Amino acid sequence: MSKADMSDVQIFKDSAADRSFRPKWFTARLFVYALLLLWAFICLFPIYWTLTTSFKMAPDVMKGNLVPWWDFTPKWLGWKSLGLSPDTIGAESTVRDEFLKRFANSAITSVTSSVLAVMLGSLAAYGLSRFNYKFLWMRNSDISFFFLSQLILPPVVLALPMLVLYKELALLDTRIGLILLYTLSVLPIVIWIMRDQFSSIPTELEEAALVDGLSIWGAFITIILPIALPGMVAAFILSLVLTWNEYFFAALLTSTHANTLPVMVASQTGSQGISWWSMAALSWAAILPLIVIGVVLERYIIKGMAAGAIK
Amino acid sequence: MSGSGDLLHVVSNDNISDQRRALGRGIIWGSAALMLAVACAQVLQLQGVHDFGLTSWRPTLYAYILWAICLSWGQVLLHGEHGKRTLFVLPAALFVISLTVFPLLFGLVIAFSDWNLSSPDGRQFNGLTNVRQMWADPFYWNALLNMLWYVLAILVEYTIAFGLALALNAEIRARKFFRVAFLLPLMLSPVAVSWMIGKSMLEARFGPVARLARFFGWETPSFFGTPGVAKATIMLMDAWTFIPFMMIMILAGLQAIPKELNEAAKVDGANGWRAFWEVTFPMMLPVSITAILIRIIFKLKLADIVIAVTSGGPGGATDTVTSFIFREYRDRSNVGYGTLLAMFYLLVIIIFMTILMKLADRFARPRT
Repeated sequence: MSKADMSDVQIFKDSAADRSFRPKWFTARLFVYALLLLWAFICLFPIYWTLTTSFKMAPDVMKGNLVPWWDFTPKWLGWKSLGLSPDTIGAESTVRDEFLKRFANSAITSVTSSVLAVMLGSLAAYGLSRFNYKFLWMRNSDISFFFLSQLILPPVVLALPMLVLYKELALLDTRIGLILLYTLSVLPIVIWIMRDQFSSIPTELEEAALVDGLSIWGAFITIILPIALPGMVAAFILSLVLTWNEYFFAALLTSTHANTLPVMVASQTGSQGISWWSMAALSWAAILPLIVIGVVLERYIIKGMAAGAIK
Repeated sequence: MSGSGDLLHVVSNDNISDQRRALGRGIIWGSAALMLAVACAQVLQLQGVHDFGLTSWRPTLYAYILWAICLSWGQVLLHGEHGKRTLFVLPAALFVISLTVFPLLFGLVIAFSDWNLSSPDGRQFNGLTNVRQMWADPFYWNALLNMLWYVLAILVEYTIAFGLALALNAEIRARKFFRVAFLLPLMLSPVAVSWMIGKSMLEARFGPVARLARFFGWETPSFFGTPGVAKATIMLMDAWTFIPFMMIMILAGLQAIPKELNEAAKVDGANGWRAFWEVTFPMMLPVSITAILIRIIFKLKLADIVIAVTSGGPGGATDTVTSFIFREYRDRSNVGYGTLLAMFYLLVIIIFMTILMKLADRFARPRT
């Protein structure tokens, strides 16, 4: 900072205008923090409530105790009924086997369909961002619109025809059947994100690679994919979240073998006799992977959702 | 397939021999013929003409996959470098077409038939009976009307999301903590949320929210008792899940606004409120419209929470179209009527979204 600037800098901010400004700034600040804290409480309380409920006993639930070790003593009751508490973890448990089977189904279907969607979607998005196509009367913008318009299609329209088709194809109650539909449902979102990603990469990169003797696919795989990786991760995580949580198709198209976790949670909710603590434990176990993903990979999820927001 | 004006200019000279062309055509048509043959065998099997030992349409599916692979490979054989470009889009296009266009056409056939999956009669074409039944079905129209209310609730969600995004965009500490906390509701499975909030926190006797309501003087809190309250509760739960989504899109938009604009407004003497309405809000219009449109699309699919918490009650007050059709199928396993309702819903959505997008397009065009 030069001397001339120095003389302009006001050191003591105590003129009348300054003093009237500070309290206003302070109250605005206070308001912003109050709002943020209130909303954070609204977001986090249900998660906290479910976790603590899974450690409560019946009287604690009825009295509405909230803080462990202060107004109730945590017990492993809920987790015991799932077979996941310390003293039952070694023993046989049919509920735990059931839970792990559903968990595995959910994991396999969501990961496979997300991988598939990212692969198909990235290829299509890359092609659409680099070349001019003409299938019948459809040009690039029409093809893009065709892919993105799938987002509007409500699942219920496909559900019943798919049910009948899957019955004929012997795909009912199989993981492959679910994977196909899940891939379809997240594909538009992947294409949306990846189109954004690829159009931000300059074409000079591939042109240089092509001059060096690489083929189009060689240039795509060795040069472009590594650059587009963050976008692909974002698309993958977002697909993972959506497919992990999907309930409607899973409820209609699976019955005993390929049930996913949401179906198990929903079927338990329906029965009135089930106790709060075990239901809370089940719900919490079902959302735990997503909480972990949310906390660790928050950056990518936000990147994925912000894609397309700014043009 | 690929013409001039590509963004990526590639010079390639392909010398495709006649033999290679013949091979390309051969595998495409050969695999298509195979698929047709398998499908015919299946039909004959179903008609009981001859027993090929086919138990399901699965072999036809395999033949279809083989044909799709041959079609992709044939592109390269026939068109060389241009074929390789087609290969980028073709797999996704084939995938989407086979999983949407085909079922939709099939759905159109089902929609005009009486088909109870549990009855042995199979599908019976019944013309416009389903349409007449739909016309006279008060519960379906009620569900459609509910969807309108649910969609209107988005405006409130948008306001809250905008406020939160503004707060997050201010200079605050622990921004990452707040971002993660705000994002979490979106990550949770709606079915788990249904239990966590709908069935336990809103439980009339022991739920913490019911306790809070009693504390504030509502003697007998019941969140799903009367139609109006139940609808509002479902809206709130859905808002809780999806506000983060809109908030993040708006936040991304806010951060893309150049800082100089707000500073210039301040220099010109605009206070915070006026600067917001005259600078920030107009700048945010395109992003806002995108966010609202996507949110509407998601809202029109709303079902999980309703199915899991109220199953449409009381008296259909919380029913969405999806949950109504779901129950219609579960209770009566009538595929035909359910499909017609879904098809009609799709038609309504397409018309509604087209009008909305046209309006949005006109509205968002920058005014100079």
